[in-house]
Amino acid sequence: MTIPEREPQNLPDGWEMVIGLEVHAELATHTKMFSPAPNHFGAAPNTNVHPVCLGLPGTLPVVNAKAVELSIRVGLALNCTVQRCVFARKNYFYPDMPKDYQISQYDQPLNADGWLELPSGYRVCVERAHMEEDTGKSTHVGVSGRIHDAGYSLVDYNRAGVPLLEIVSRPDIRGPEEAKAYVAELQSILIAVGASDGKFEEGSLRVDANVSVRPTGSTELRTRCEIKNVNSLRSIGRAIQYEAIRHVDLYTAGEAPIQETRHWDEEGGRTRPGRSKEEAEDYRYFADPDLVPIDPSPEWIDEIRAALPALPRERRQALVDLGGRGEAVTVTVERRLDTLVREAVALGADAERALIHAANNLAVEGADRLDSARFAALVTMETSGQLTSTQAKQVLASMVATGRHPAELAAEAGFEAMDTGELEGLLDGIIAARPDEWQRFVEGEAKLQGMFTGQIMKATGGKADGKVIAQLLAAKKQA
Amino acid sequence: MPEPLTPDVVAKVADLAMLELSDDELQTFTAQLAAVLEHAHDVEELDVDDVAPTHHPYPLQNVMRTDDPHPAVDAEVAAAALAMAPSVEDGQFRVPPALGEEP
Repeated sequence: MTIPEREPQNLPDGWEMVIGLEVHAELATHTKMFSPAPNHFGAAPNTNVHPVCLGLPGTLPVVNAKAVELSIRVGLALNCTVQRCVFARKNYFYPDMPKDYQISQYDQPLNADGWLELPSGYRVCVERAHMEEDTGKSTHVGVSGRIHDAGYSLVDYNRAGVPLLEIVSRPDIRGPEEAKAYVAELQSILIAVGASDGKFEEGSLRVDANVSVRPTGSTELRTRCEIKNVNSLRSIGRAIQYEAIRHVDLYTAGEAPIQETRHWDEEGGRTRPGRSKEEAEDYRYFADPDLVPIDPSPEWIDEIRAALPALPRERRQALVDLGGRGEAVTVTVERRLDTLVREAVALGADAERALIHAANNLAVEGADRLDSARFAALVTMETSGQLTSTQAKQVLASMVATGRHPAELAAEAGFEAMDTGELEGLLDGIIAARPDEWQRFVEGEAKLQGMFTGQIMKATGGKADGKVIAQLLAAKKQA
Repeated sequence: MPEPLTPDVVAKVADLAMLELSDDELQTFTAQLAAVLEHAHDVEELDVDDVAPTHHPYPLQNVMRTDDPHPAVDAEVAAAALAMAPSVEDGQFRVPPALGEEP
């Protein structure tokens, strides 16, 4: 096995980053974790509520079996051990949780000790992936809208009790790009197994980053800071880079960071300290007496495993087997166009062209709904010379917009294949008009190829295929 | 024997529970809590070597429900809950500014 290439450190010489990520994913259930209130984003405030998620006295939580199933799917996809688990109360006072504790899992999580393989081949260890409930949403109303000078807060409990899976990595990540790759890969897995819609913009996916630095080559773990509020792939990278530099600067100045929670300020491009009170970290976890353990049977786990769809890693491999390479393969799977490509190839389309279109020309909404037979037909029209690559790209865009057959679209656009004989005649005319230049081209002045190609394109109104022209020029030169 | 309960520990617990205690109350509750804990320590007299640790006295596990919503209840509950709140704005619970960390 080759050793995967790691991200070069974007830090002063002699330092390296140590990063662990906690990713919270809202699970795609119909109802909440412990109550039958709907789990649905975008409803009017406080309409998706139930006595259980409002923490009313005398109510009792009951576990949503679907949330457990989805959590097990993720656990299996992350190569975790799925085990008997216990729910625990995490106690704190904050108005986003009306019962003054959040039900989570502590010393006995559902999924433990797995790993996630990045597209680079590097494996990040996953310490655990445990179930918990989401909190309500507070909106701070105040002078600047920031938490510290809020005049008051408005609380919406629609999100309180929504099932969450918290996926905790080990501090195996060494840079912002690797962190982004980890989150992107995790996001594709969550979507692929149907566990979450994985939408950052709706808060279905939220990331906390634990960042520290250490002298390169050392194995120590220095004081880390937990950065919250990093809610896009881009901010994850920026926040980590900023924080790591801050730590190096502190050490270089003879100081040291203190362990604290910091908030990422997207506009300011920096992290800011939260109010750090030591005892605020004491959540006094204990087993929730209202809930009994969940011990998934081997039969249930096997059933879930058997129903798992192909994971992004396997889907990338399938494209590599077709001859795909590098970034093209990654983005094709990310855009969920891999099935389209594989089906088109199975129908006889050229794999290389199909992959190029998927990677370069299909970064548009609706591309994943393309009909594979029609896509295959387009690719074949191109490889057989009926369409130039520019024309094929244009027809492809129309196909995405209209769903129509490439042959019809090409005919309507007036894209008819230029006959090679016709092209040759044109070229002879051009050579006759420019004998000196042709002589110099034949004697080896390669840059004149562009001029001749341009002349033919001009003469054909851009309908000629660049590849065919190149072949023709080469043949003429030899003659 | 476990360490005796000190007023410092009780003060910390009170702080975590967001309770403000006077010095007199601290003394009173330290004594009361110590008595409760002492009572609980009676269990240590028992020989439990053969008993597996458990979170529950019930012989139950895997109590789960199906993922079916009950929307009819929710509108009623929402209205009732908001009606009970001391302060409401735009269908939301209005609360004093929450200082400190969002966990």
